[in-house]
Amino acid sequence: MEIELKLVRKNLIVRLKGELDHHTASCFREEVEREFEKEIAQNLVLNLGELTFMDSSGLGVILGRYRRITEKGGKVVVTNMQPQVERLYSLSGLQKIIPHYRREEEALRNL
Amino acid sequence: MVQNFLKLEIPSKSENESLARIVISAFAAQLDPTIEEISDLKIAVSEAVTNAIIHAYDSEEGIIYIHAFLEENKLTLEVIDHGMGIEDLEQARQPLFTTKPELERSGMGFTIMESFMDKVEVESFPGQGTTVRMVKEINKNKKVQSKEG
Ligand SMILES: Nc1ncnc2c1ncn2[C@@H]1O[C@H](COP(=O)(O)OP(=O)(O)O)[C@@H](O)[C@H]1O
Ligand SMILES: [Mg+2]
Repeated sequence: MEIELKLVRKNLIVRLKGELDHHTASCFREEVEREFEKEIAQNLVLNLGELTFMDSSGLGVILGRYRRITEKGGKVVVTNMQPQVERLYSLSGLQKIIPHYRREEEALRNL
Repeated sequence: MVQNFLKLEIPSKSENESLARIVISAFAAQLDPTIEEISDLKIAVSEAVTNAIIHAYDSEEGIIYIHAFLEENKLTLEVIDHGMGIEDLEQARQPLFTTKPELERSGMGFTIMESFMDKVEVESFPGQGTTVRMVKEINKNKKVQSKEG
């Protein structure tokens, strides 16, 4: 999995490319935690547009970031979800707590 | 009559999660599944193999056996471990139930297997191990269409 990070004001944009499973989840967790420790970013924008696979380990690690970030008053949103990922997202009920936007720009406007 | 089968033995390393997905989608390819069906199979096998790694062997090394059988357009997948087993199966299969919340588990593994496969059976003996058997009919819709046409 490849992770691309970009800071836009107080928003950390994370673009995930490849497969998010139990094996790659820890890498994603560490990268995001490291960025938030710098205490510049407040919100997380998760771009899943190039994610080719995700399972319940992906749900768990996203939910984990959601808990940590909202604890400190930040927000978490996802963008560019593919149909396969979206099925998982609605099945898990994650869609009720993490807003989804079509594009990053749209997400940034709403943060 | 089983027309084709596959038996795979892998150590419980997390790198093998993607290997299991690739092998199962390659095996299923002979049925000419839809993209969605391939994705259903990949996620189901990924959940079962991940559970064997994290829960059955508690991140220690053990062997995971993956069996796949083809009969007509029915694919049966078995993921077998000789790990710690499950005490309360009914509870384990509940959505959001997890015994490892500290590892950021979502507790959605069994729920996902159940919703993306046609049938999921779990046999488990505490201290001995677990067998997850899942069945999926491939090209269900295509078959209906050709009958009608
Ligand atoms: N192969 C297994 N061996 C032992 N316990 C298991 C196995 N598979 C699942 N479990 C138990 O069932 C629970 C629920 O599994 P699952 O729905 O995949 O959620 P999660 O993996 O997120 O905990 C696990 O937390 C674990 O206690
Ligand atoms: Mg699981």
